[in-house]
Amino acid sequence: MTDTANDVSTVSVTVNGVEIEATPGELLIDACERTGTYIPRFCYHPRMKPVGMCRMCLVEVDAGRGPGLQPSCMLPVSDGMRVETESDLTKKAQDGVLEFLLANHPLDCPVCDKGGECPLQDQTMAFGPGETRFVEEKRHYEKPIPISDTVYLDRERCILCDRCTRFADDVAGDTLIHFMDRGNNTQVNTFPDEPFASYFSGNTVQICPVGALTAAPYRFKARPWDLEETVSTAWTDSVGSRVTVQSSRNQVVRLLGVDADAVNWGWLSDKERFAFEALNSDRRLGAPQLRQPGGELVDAGWAPALAAVTDALKQTPASRVGLIGGARLTNESQYAWTKLFKGGLGTDNVDAQLGDGLPAQLVLSLRRASINEACRPGGTVILCGPDLKEDLGALYLRIRHAVVNDGVTLIEITPTRTGLSGIAAHSLHPAAGEVAALASALVAAQRGEAQGAAGVSAEQVAQAAAALSGPVTVVLGRPSIAESVDSVTAAALALTELPDVAFLSALRRGNVHGALDMGMAPGLLPGRTPLSAGTVSEVWANTPSEPGLDTEGMLRAAAAGELDVLVLLGADPLSDFPDRQLARKALEAVTTVVAIESLPNPSTLAYADVVLPAAMATEVDGTFTNLEGRVSVSEQKVTPPGTARADWMIASEIARRLGNDLGFGSTADIRAEMVSVSPLFAGLTEEALIEHRIEGVLVTGSSISLPSASAPETPHHDAYSLRLVTGRRMYDAGTMVQASSSSAGLAAAVAVRLGTADFERLGCAEGTTVRVASAQGELLVPVVHDRGVPTGSAALAANAPGSPANTLIDCSTSVTEVRVERP
Amino acid sequence: MATNAYIPHAPGYVDNDGPKIVSQRFVHEDSYTIERYEATGGYDGLRAALNRTPSAVHDEVRNATVLGRGGAGFPAGVKWGFMPPGKFPYYLVVNGDESEPGTYKDRLLMERDPHQLIEGCLITCYALGLAQCFLYVRGEMALAQERIAQALNDAYARNYVGRNILGSDFSVDITLTWGAGAYIVGEETALIESLEGNRGMPRLKPPYFPAAIGLYGQPTIVNNVETLSNLPWLVLNGADAYKAYGSETSPGTRMVAVSGHVNRPGVYEIEQGVTTFRDLFYGDNFGQGIRNGHELKMFIPGGGSSPWFFPEHLDLPLEAKPVGEAGSMLGSGAIVVMDETTDAVRAALRVVRFFARESCGKCTPCREGTTWEERILQRILDGEGRPSDIDMLLDIADNISPGPYPVAADPSQGLDAVPFPPKQTTICPLGPSSVAPIVSTIRRFRHEYEAKITRRDTIPVSVEPVTGSSDHHEVSA
Repeated sequence: MTDTANDVSTVSVTVNGVEIEATPGELLIDACERTGTYIPRFCYHPRMKPVGMCRMCLVEVDAGRGPGLQPSCMLPVSDGMRVETESDLTKKAQDGVLEFLLANHPLDCPVCDKGGECPLQDQTMAFGPGETRFVEEKRHYEKPIPISDTVYLDRERCILCDRCTRFADDVAGDTLIHFMDRGNNTQVNTFPDEPFASYFSGNTVQICPVGALTAAPYRFKARPWDLEETVSTAWTDSVGSRVTVQSSRNQVVRLLGVDADAVNWGWLSDKERFAFEALNSDRRLGAPQLRQPGGELVDAGWAPALAAVTDALKQTPASRVGLIGGARLTNESQYAWTKLFKGGLGTDNVDAQLGDGLPAQLVLSLRRASINEACRPGGTVILCGPDLKEDLGALYLRIRHAVVNDGVTLIEITPTRTGLSGIAAHSLHPAAGEVAALASALVAAQRGEAQGAAGVSAEQVAQAAAALSGPVTVVLGRPSIAESVDSVTAAALALTELPDVAFLSALRRGNVHGALDMGMAPGLLPGRTPLSAGTVSEVWANTPSEPGLDTEGMLRAAAAGELDVLVLLGADPLSDFPDRQLARKALEAVTTVVAIESLPNPSTLAYADVVLPAAMATEVDGTFTNLEGRVSVSEQKVTPPGTARADWMIASEIARRLGNDLGFGSTADIRAEMVSVSPLFAGLTEEALIEHRIEGVLVTGSSISLPSASAPETPHHDAYSLRLVTGRRMYDAGTMVQASSSSAGLAAAVAVRLGTADFERLGCAEGTTVRVASAQGELLVPVVHDRGVPTGSAALAANAPGSPANTLIDCSTSVTEVRVERP
Repeated sequence: MATNAYIPHAPGYVDNDGPKIVSQRFVHEDSYTIERYEATGGYDGLRAALNRTPSAVHDEVRNATVLGRGGAGFPAGVKWGFMPPGKFPYYLVVNGDESEPGTYKDRLLMERDPHQLIEGCLITCYALGLAQCFLYVRGEMALAQERIAQALNDAYARNYVGRNILGSDFSVDITLTWGAGAYIVGEETALIESLEGNRGMPRLKPPYFPAAIGLYGQPTIVNNVETLSNLPWLVLNGADAYKAYGSETSPGTRMVAVSGHVNRPGVYEIEQGVTTFRDLFYGDNFGQGIRNGHELKMFIPGGGSSPWFFPEHLDLPLEAKPVGEAGSMLGSGAIVVMDETTDAVRAALRVVRFFARESCGKCTPCREGTTWEERILQRILDGEGRPSDIDMLLDIADNISPGPYPVAADPSQGLDAVPFPPKQTTICPLGPSSVAPIVSTIRRFRHEYEAKITRRDTIPVSVEPVTGSSDHHEVSA
C-alpha cells in the first residue's frame, strides 16, 4: 500500500482505522464497498445520479474540518479523509433513519413479494432498531394501485427513495411517474389517465428497495428463498442483455437484469424481462405433429415425425431444399443446423433472416464498434436504422445515457421521428427509399460540399455534418421493410467513407448475429468466412460449391416450383417476410414444409406438414452472440415441455438418420468443433466462458469483404401517392409477444400515421378508418396525425395485430407507394 | 418628521424615529410608482454605479459588509466573490419567497418600493457582469407581484432595465416569476429547482453555494429582497455612511417584524447591533410593552427556525454574533413575543406543525420526523401523553439534528447556552428547525410537559386581544 501512496492517481482514505486506496472522484460509498465495508443505502444506485434523499448512508467523516455526518453517496473521496462507519454517531444516525423509515411502513412482510430479498428488511436486521417507538396510526393509502398494465404500486410500503422516478426521468426518459404532494404526504404516482406505459417499467420493480412496486407476472408467484437462479442472456432481441433467470419448481418465474458494464448495465426492456411468460404458455408444443390428410395437425411420436422429414430430404436433390430461420437458436444449435445443411446435404440455401434484415455480407464486413465504443464521451452516433426504443430497448438506454450525460452527439437518419429524436442533435428524415442519397450528401458535406438530398435541405445536411465530432459509430439497421434493402446497403457503404467510422449492427432478432457467425446465410461458412475459403473441408463431409439462395430467393424459387422442401427453423414468413403475398405463394407451392418450433405461428399452423417441438432459451445450454459479436452463456434452468428437444439434438438426429452423423454428443462437442474450424472462435473456450460469465467474450475480425451495391432508382414523387414506412413496434403480433400474457395486450391496434400536411389534406378527424391501398393489397385502419412523419410518407407499424402491413408490400420494388383515402 | 404610528397604506409598518435606509419612502402613499421613486432620488444609485467600474461597486458592497437578510446572514459581498471566473452566463436570482412564520418585511419592501429592489438588482448585475436576473416572488403575494410587474414595465419603458441601460453598454433583462406556495422554496437551491420548473426540493451540498453550479447549471447568485434593497442607498452614500449605522460586525439597519403579545406589533427598521430586544418590545418607539400589563414569558428572536429566548435575553442587541453565542439567531427578523398566558407546549406544537406541513418530503428524517414530533405534541396536548414521550421527543430531535442542539442558557438549572448553528442529518435546515421549539420549551418548561402527561392538565388558551393593532391585518388595496 505504501508504494502507491505517492501515486497521484489515487487518494488514501482511512475507513474504520484501515487505510484504503481510492481513485479521485470516486464516491465514498463505492470506495468503501469495493474495499469490503458495506454502507447501508436505499436511494443510491450506481447507475443513476445520487440524490442523497434517504440519508441511510450517513457516516461520520472527517475531511479536515472535524468529524460530522455526511451522506457517503454524495461525497467524493479526498486524500486524508477519515471515515467511521461503525462509530456511535454513525450507528445512532443509521438507527434513527431506519426508525423513521419504518414509522409509516406497513410491515406487511408476510404477504409482501419482497419479503426475503428486501433491502429494508435486511438493513433493518443489520443496522436498525430492535423495535419501534411509533405508537401513532400509520399513513394509509389504497393498496395496491395499478399504475400500468404490468406494474402495481403500494404507496404504504414506499420509502420515497426516488429510484423509480429517477429511472423514469433520467434513464428511460419516460417522465410518467412523479412525486406528488409534499412532506409526510409525499407519494409516488402517475398523472390522472396517464399510466406508466413505459417500455422499461420493469426496471423500476427491480430497483425498488421495498415491495412498493411489483410486476404482475411475479406477484404472489414465489418466495425468494424458494428460487433457484442462473446467469443467462436475454433472448428476445440482439442486445444480449445479461439476466438472472429465476425459477421455482421447474418453472421460470422471473428475469432480473444483471449489471454487465459492457452491455446492459442491469437494465432490461419489458419485452426482454417478461418474455419468459411464453415459456410457460399453454400453447407450447410438447410433441411432434404431423398433418393429416384432412389438413389437421395431430400429435405424433418422434419416430414417425423424423421419418417424414428424412424421407422428404432423401427424395429431394439438395438444390431443391431450403432452410429459413434459426435466429432464435443458440450458437451451438445454429452450427449444428448449418453443418447439417451445408456440410451434410450440401445445399447453401440457408438464411437465418427473413428478408427484413440486412445482407449478411454487409453486416460481417463492416468495421465493428462495441456498445461501449459507440458510447465513448465526445464521439458521435449516427442512427441509420430503426427506432431503437422499439427494437433494441437496452441499447436505446445506453445510447440515451451517452447522449444525455456523456456528451455524445446523436445524428438521426431515420424515415420518421424516433424515441431518440428528443435528444438528437440533428434529426434528418429522408424520403423513403432515398436514405443512400442522404448518407452520400452527409459524407460530401463533411468534406465541405453541402447539398440537399432526399427531401432534406442542404443547410440541414451541412449542420449535421458540422456536428460530427470524435469517433463516429453508425448504428445500422433496417428502418423500414417497405423499402428495398439496397438503399440501406448503399447508405452504409457511403458512410464508410467518414473518417474514423465504425458500425454497430441493429439487426433485431435474438441471436441473428450468432446465426451469421455460424454461417447461416448464403455464401458463408462459420467464422465470418466466405464459402470459397473452404475452411471446413477437413471436418465437414460436404461443402456447397456455389452460393445458394437467400430467403427472398428461396421463396421466389418455391413459388416458381423450383423448391420442394422448406425447413422453417423458428420462422414465420407470413408475418415477418416483407412481402406476404410472395410468402403465401411459396408456402402453398412447396411440397413439404418442415417446422421446428416452440410455439405455433401462423405460417406453421397453415402450411407445416411436420412440426418438431423445440426447447426454448433457458431450457437448453448454449451461448448467444449479441450485436457486438459478444458471446455469452445461456444456461439451462428448467426442462422443456413434453418431449421438446434442443434444436441441435434435432439436427443431429436428422443427420444420423440420413447417414451422416454430425458427431455431437453435447454442446461442448459443438463448441470444440467451432473452435477448430475458425480462428475467430479461438477465444470461446469453456474456461473463458466461465471466467467472463457476466461480460461475455467479444469475437472480433472477419474475412468477408465489403459488398458492392448501388442505390435503387426510386419512382418520381407523385401528388397522389405516399411512400409507406413500416418499422417495428416493441409489442406486435409476434408469436413470443402474444404468448406472454402480460405483453400480449400491449400490442397496440395499428393506425396509419400521417404528417401534418398529408393529414390535413386528407381532411378527416383522427381515428377515422381510412383505406390504405397499394398495388399489392389494401388495409382498413384508423388514421392519426403524427408530426414526426415527413410529408409524403405514411407510417404503418409492421406485424400489428389484425393489420399485417406486409400485405401492402411488393419486395421487388424499391419503395412501396400507397394511397390513403377516405373510404 | 416621523409620526411614530402605523401608516394605513403600509399595513403593519410603523413610521418611527431612527435611521431609514430601505423604508425611507414608505411614508409616501404612492411610493411604489416610478414618478415618486424618481422624485425621491430613485435610480441615482444606478447612475452612480454606472460611473464607476464594476469591481469598484463590488468593493463598496464588500467593504460595507452587507449581511444577507434572508436568514443565514452571510455577507453579500463575499457571496458574490464565489462566482467562478469566465463561466458565463451568470444569473442573479432574487429570493422573494418570504414565508417564515411572522415574517412580512420583504412583502412590504416589494409592495411599497419595488423600484428600490429593481435598482438593487441592476447594481448587483453591473457589479458582477450579469445580464439576466430572475425575480422569484412568493405565490401568495399577489399585490407584490402586481406592483413589481408594473414597476418592471415602467423601468423598461424608461430604459432603466433592458438594452443599453441609460445609454451605457450595460444591458440586463429582469424576469418576474412566482412560486406555487411552498415555504421550502425560500431555501436557495430549492428556489432554483422551482425556477427551473421542478419540484421545489433543496439540492445537495456541496456545492455549498449556487455560485458555482446554480440555475441551469450556471453560476448563480441568490440574494434576499431586503439585501438588494439596501444597495441603491449604499452605492449612493458609500460604505462609510452605511457602516456609520449599526455595529462593527453588523453594520446598517435591518427590518424586523415583531408580532405576538406586544402592545404595538409591526415592522420596524432598526439599527443592527444597537437596538436591543428590550428596546424593541418595551420602547415607546417600538412595541410599547407587553399587552395588558402581562409579563414576558419567552420570545422567538429570528423566525420559526430559531431557538427561543427568555426574559434574561432582553438586553441582547439585535446582532448576529451575540445572538448566535447565546444559542439562537436573528434569521429573517421575525420576532414572536409570548406572555405568561402562553402554553409552551401548545406554542411549540404550533411551530412544529408549520415545519411538518412545509417539509418537502425529500429527506427521511425531516419527512417522517417532523410529522412524528407534531403528532406526539398533539397527543400530549390531548391528554394522551406518556412519561417516556419527553425523552423520546428529544431523541427524535437528536436523530434529525444530531448532537447538542443550539439552545439558550438556563441559569436556574446551571445549564450553558449551546451556540448556533445546529448539525443536521438532512440536506437543508428545515428539519432541524422543527427541533428548535421542542428543545427550547422542554429545557425551560419541562414541568409544563410533565403536568400535561401526568395530571392531564391543560392551560386555557389565551383569547385576549392585542391592543393597538386593530387594523394591521388588513391588506391594502
